[in-house]
Amino acid sequence: MTAVRFADLAVGSELPEQVYRVTRADLVRYAGASGDFNPIHWNERVATEVGLPGVIAHGMFTMALAGRAVSDWTGDPGALVEYQVRFGRPVVVPDDGHGAEVTVRGTVGALLDDDRARIDLTVTSNGEKVLSLARATVRLT
Amino acid sequence: MALDRELVGRSYPPSAVYEVGRAKLAEFATAIGSDDPVHRDPEAARAAGYPDVIAPPTFAIAVSLEAAMIVLDDPDVAIDYSRVVHGEQRFTHHRPIRAGDRLVATTTIEAARSVAGNDLLTARVDLATEAGEAVCTATSMLVARGAS
Repeated sequence: MTAVRFADLAVGSELPEQVYRVTRADLVRYAGASGDFNPIHWNERVATEVGLPGVIAHGMFTMALAGRAVSDWTGDPGALVEYQVRFGRPVVVPDDGHGAEVTVRGTVGALLDDDRARIDLTVTSNGEKVLSLARATVRLT
Repeated sequence: MALDRELVGRSYPPSAVYEVGRAKLAEFATAIGSDDPVHRDPEAARAAGYPDVIAPPTFAIAVSLEAAMIVLDDPDVAIDYSRVVHGEQRFTHHRPIRAGDRLVATTTIEAARSVAGNDLLTARVDLATEAGEAVCTATSMLVARGAS
């Protein structure tokens, strides 16, 4: 059962905007949980050696945060049936005690058959788009 | 080195079984900041209509990306892993992954091309239960940046 009902949606309906703070500790925890230990996500020296401005978040971590915004809206993580993103720009996470902020906005882009809706996501950090072509399809009740 | 288009359609042997555990799902949910009880409380999951706790939608990557790496071990796929970045990701969930699933991953090269000195390789990983029930298709586009 989803908290949002298909019948209540219209193309253009907006999801509540979510702002997530991302710190180095979050990246270390995500590395452990996902098994992605690429040092560019926790080691400043390695990150700058390969030409990055600093340690960056896992693209999959940013994708997970945007997915959370969708799941928190539908009320059912199992309602997300299709989800795709292109990793555009990295989210740089400074070691300054504050970290980075990732903002997720979503709009209903299309109403589909079988009570499904396509959500078009806009995901930004520091004023720049970090994901592009970010789309989720949810099946509602 | 440019990728050969004849690689498209190549499929690799199925992975070893990945058994999905409740503790791992709870750990992953915590790592992405989700406090939804369907990821950690079997009673809450059952109340929501699921047989056991379910995975957050992007958890599939923890199983699929390792499976996709089999492509980079293929001697015909001449790309340098140290130059690989994740370009795109797509999940199609046939149903949520849940605790107790015994998943087998089968990887297929869906696309391979070279653009402006970069090699673009799309690997599709089909996750199914041991019994053959399709659970999730995870498609990763990997970019190997050309030597500058």
